[in-house]
Amino acid sequence: MTILLTGATLPDGSRSDLVIADGVIAEIGTGLRAESAQRIDADGLQALPGLVDLHTHLREPGFEQSETVLTGSRAAAAGGYTAVHAMANTSPVQDTAGVVEQVASLGEQHGYVTVRPVGAVTVGLAGERLSEIGAMAQSRAGVRVFSDDGHCVHDALLMRRALEYVTGFDGVVAQHAQEPRLTEGAQMNEGEVSSELGLAGWPAVAEEAIIARDVLLAEAAGARLHICHLSTAGSAELVRWAKARGVRVTAEVTPHHLLLTEELARSYDARYKVNPPLRRDEDVQALREALADGTIDAVATDHAPHPPESKECSWQEASFGMVGLESALSIVQQTMVDTGLLGWADVARVMSRTPAEIGRVPGYAEPFTVGNPAHLTLYDPSVRRTFGTGDLRGMSANSPYLGRELPGRVIATLHGGVATVLEGALRDPDEVARG
Amino acid sequence: MSAGLTHLLSVRDLDRETAIGILDIAEDMADVATRAVPKLPTLRGRTVANLFFEDSTRTRLSFEAAAKRLSADVITFSAKGSSVSKGESLKDTAQTIAAMGVDAVVIRHSASGAARVLADSNWIDAAVVNAGDGTHEHPTQGLLDVFTMRRRLHGAGSRGRDLDGVRVTIVGDILHSRVARSNVWLLRTLGAHVHLVAPRTLMPSGVDAWPVTTSSDLDAAIADAPDVLMMLRIQSERMHAAFFPHEREYTRQWGLSDARFARLGADTMVMHPGPMNRGLEISAMAADSDASVILDQVTSGVSIRMAVLYLVLSGGDE
Repeated sequence: MTILLTGATLPDGSRSDLVIADGVIAEIGTGLRAESAQRIDADGLQALPGLVDLHTHLREPGFEQSETVLTGSRAAAAGGYTAVHAMANTSPVQDTAGVVEQVASLGEQHGYVTVRPVGAVTVGLAGERLSEIGAMAQSRAGVRVFSDDGHCVHDALLMRRALEYVTGFDGVVAQHAQEPRLTEGAQMNEGEVSSELGLAGWPAVAEEAIIARDVLLAEAAGARLHICHLSTAGSAELVRWAKARGVRVTAEVTPHHLLLTEELARSYDARYKVNPPLRRDEDVQALREALADGTIDAVATDHAPHPPESKECSWQEASFGMVGLESALSIVQQTMVDTGLLGWADVARVMSRTPAEIGRVPGYAEPFTVGNPAHLTLYDPSVRRTFGTGDLRGMSANSPYLGRELPGRVIATLHGGVATVLEGALRDPDEVARG
Repeated sequence: MSAGLTHLLSVRDLDRETAIGILDIAEDMADVATRAVPKLPTLRGRTVANLFFEDSTRTRLSFEAAAKRLSADVITFSAKGSSVSKGESLKDTAQTIAAMGVDAVVIRHSASGAARVLADSNWIDAAVVNAGDGTHEHPTQGLLDVFTMRRRLHGAGSRGRDLDGVRVTIVGDILHSRVARSNVWLLRTLGAHVHLVAPRTLMPSGVDAWPVTTSSDLDAAIADAPDVLMMLRIQSERMHAAFFPHEREYTRQWGLSDARFARLGADTMVMHPGPMNRGLEISAMAADSDASVILDQVTSGVSIRMAVLYLVLSGGDE
């Protein structure tokens, strides 16, 4: 299929037409023509490289009542994504070559996005023995990101070994930084609000102590370390310090930690219960600054679907997590672009190029150049909409943004030249699967 | 007469006038108890459901007594041995009870915010009264405590009065205490000064933002001669989580011993929300002394709960 995009605004601000053929960008220029091409009028739309999420929970295999590879892929495409990293906390856990290959091939079969499975660092996420990191790296899934996300690799020796071991496979350990003893029973950020609400506190130091330890371990091992969903001002400070020392550390922040604060817990509405917890406004501001100055490398959604019964209960009984793929770009626009902290070229960097680089996903290094895979999204930053369940395209509705007015909307998404979203609507699975 | 209440979820929802209104109605209710037939027909035909997801015989009995003295029908649900122990959720239990037709739900739950979640949900449209939610609040306990204080201080002249300038010291496990929280907010609303005494480990991390003073020195707090000394129950499981070394150390540092009791001012009243650990946080001499209003608290509890049930069920339309 040949597609002609006309009048798109590229991340660098220039205006251009693009011809997409055979899955790659065939031509870039003005006044382009293409015989029998499908035309997409991109006038006034912001073109971005296909977004790459470092942190997605697709839930399949094992938790298909919350999400599947197909439904999560659709949610991703609707949000402008063309690649996602599927976290390892499935059942069975993604700790063997067999499971990661299965997940990757489901993604390939559906075709909405490239599904890059994350391998578990330890067998069953139990934090006791290293999983088959080598086998997963060398499998058809080509795993490069290893994480026990949901659990912290809290044993210092195991963390050291994991960091050392992944260097042999160009891998990275993505740490869920949560000191388990300091967060036993923890429900929300520890501080004034938790003290009033009587919800067990989750101190910032529980995150920061692990990051401080791990950047030193990574330095000693000469290994790549990635910090998942960094959530406190102190964590940003530690990463800044480590980078200045030359430690090979990268970090991600979620859209919700760029916008929402612990004040929302006052409602006891479990949609706002998330791990790590929503923090103070000071933290939100510090995270925005850290993303703007490059201390934080990437925005990652931590899309965590849950069925209604996991949220329609008391706060303490509810599951941690929120869905985020469909809203991520809007939240980044609101918190970073509309505030003047980032331009669209920076958004392309933190939501596409850098996460792809961290995850070693090919095809994202030089977007919008001829011959490169046509992974891109067209976004209309000028609209405002009230975000509703109709905007959620996965299986679960645990979004903290329902009823909020958000800027922007994804109009079209192309994954390897295949349109997954057109005119703001997802295309049917069989059309996308045919390519 | 004071305006009605939709729910009673937190004492922070009560302004000074509303709080005093509840206390004054409780005075009327207390008068009823002195009659030959201590019962009012006010809530005849109304049904109050006690949903006790967490055991609390005292609070449950107090609410039952209150409802019955107002002639309401009472149905009681206790989690122990019920379907909750088989995994039934708050939502399903609430909807089941609602389907039976109830006008008010009194809920006790181990999760902070459970009463709020129930009130904000569309699972049930009955009035919701929080009878203790996790480590968040226990509003009727706070109300009965200030009611008890006001009566002791002002006797028959209590009606219409607040607790302006009264100095209240609360001692013990503040971190895990819903009683402490409800007392702190309500006492401040009524003009009292609150001082909290606890080991640093049992003080909430955000306590600096509370409208209180704090210290870890009980002897100094006693030397300051407060008007009220409220001792909180210490739970033995706390010492296993490294909050303090062991019982004897706790008693030595933060227990109201005979010696400390002897140093209290003649007018200081001693309170405890019960059930007491005699010999741990409070000595038998202190608990049984004339300074103790611990049994008055229990009596006040029924009056306060009558007032609250009356207000949430009458809708202030009388």
